[in-house]
Amino acid sequence: MTRVALFVALWWLAAGSAYALGLESDGANTVAQVWHWFVDPMHWQGPDGLPHRIGQHIYYVAVSTAIAAAIALPVGIGLGHYGRGGLLAINIANIGRAIPSFGLIILMFLLVGFGVVPVLVALVALAIPPMVTNSYVGMQSVDPAVRQSAAALGLTRWQRLWQVELPIALPLIMAGVRTSAVQVMSTATLAAYVGLGGLGRYLIDGLAQQQLAQVVGGAIVVAILAVCTEIGLAGVQKLVQSPGLAR
Amino acid sequence: MIRWDWIGRHADDILAQLLQHVELTGFALLFGFAIAFPLALAAIRWPRLYGPSLAATGVLFTVPSLALFILLIPFTGLSMATSLIGLTIYTLLILFRNIVEGLRGVPFEVREASRALGYSKSRQLLTVELPIALPVIMAGLRIAAITTIGLVTVTALIGQGGLGRLFITGFTLHFTTPLLVGFVLSIALAVAVDLSLAGVLWLATPWNRGRRT
Repeated sequence: MTRVALFVALWWLAAGSAYALGLESDGANTVAQVWHWFVDPMHWQGPDGLPHRIGQHIYYVAVSTAIAAAIALPVGIGLGHYGRGGLLAINIANIGRAIPSFGLIILMFLLVGFGVVPVLVALVALAIPPMVTNSYVGMQSVDPAVRQSAAALGLTRWQRLWQVELPIALPLIMAGVRTSAVQVMSTATLAAYVGLGGLGRYLIDGLAQQQLAQVVGGAIVVAILAVCTEIGLAGVQKLVQSPGLAR
Repeated sequence: MIRWDWIGRHADDILAQLLQHVELTGFALLFGFAIAFPLALAAIRWPRLYGPSLAATGVLFTVPSLALFILLIPFTGLSMATSLIGLTIYTLLILFRNIVEGLRGVPFEVREASRALGYSKSRQLLTVELPIALPVIMAGLRIAAITTIGLVTVTALIGQGGLGRLFITGFTLHFTTPLLVGFVLSIALAVAVDLSLAGVLWLATPWNRGRRT
């Protein structure tokens, strides 16, 4: 997985140098500009500095994913446990996918006005569908024979849920959380367009001011952050997996 | 909230953006398939390729959309190529994974039987394995299509965008009508494409009718 972590950086650097070695001197300039942007100490301090922006970005993602999980997981797990509402639970992810997140953010802005809260509401709304679908599918994937043996052993419904079904469903549930978190990270970047802080600021402001170094530098940071989140949550998924299920 | 007269006066513009939206989506899916299909065949032929290919397409899929489009700007500028390459990259993971899963799902006996009947490798692929894998491949194509339709709107920030341009207009003018038109049309387009792909699958796999896949 460490190879994967380096992939984005390497991809961009390799492509950049290939471009730079070619005919255009423009590419080499871009790489140099971005490098200077990164090493400039001005970009590492204050409210516009990278540490603060990264912290903000992680904060938005963590808060919206946590709120969405608190809503979506009980619903998906409940539906899966009782085997009800399957059609809705399975299709809600598709419905969510059809909603253009960029449009939803601007819609919230036009309807409510600027504020962190309306943007977070939109992020939460976009994070819910994948988690509902995945936790439903996870609960449904529990072998009926396993459920029945648990019942035959005299476990109560609550014990069956907590000690048998949830541990088996956990990898898929976590996969849903991962999908949502990565998606929120992407959408939070777009939300800078309506004034939210975080790393999207570099991209949106840089595009408006035509400062390529800032735009590309910000894009690299947000790309690395997203890949790290994905890999980190994959690690968490392995950690929480019941040892009895590890094959 | 909706000014119908605005829609009437801008019908031409809206239609043009809708067409660009369809165009970007269609080409992205076409290119994505053209790359993912040979890659999937290679990954089946040499299983060692599967892990790295999946990881590579997965990493590209993880990169936030705006960041990916922007990382392409140094190479292709604020052009249609930038959005098209970016959109194509996003279809790769979904298409690649589903094509491999679909082809791997073909039962061993079926493949053996077609070999015993003297089918050549390519004929076996085209006339036996692909039709059996079609439902899984189509499922991937549907997800990729819906995802791409949503992502096209993001490319409005780098000067393309199809219906996403209406979002920008709405934001700049502080005017909900163009935004809602773009929003509703984008969802409608996703639903329409999804249903038509489902219809194509139904027409193409007569042996599966009456069975849920």
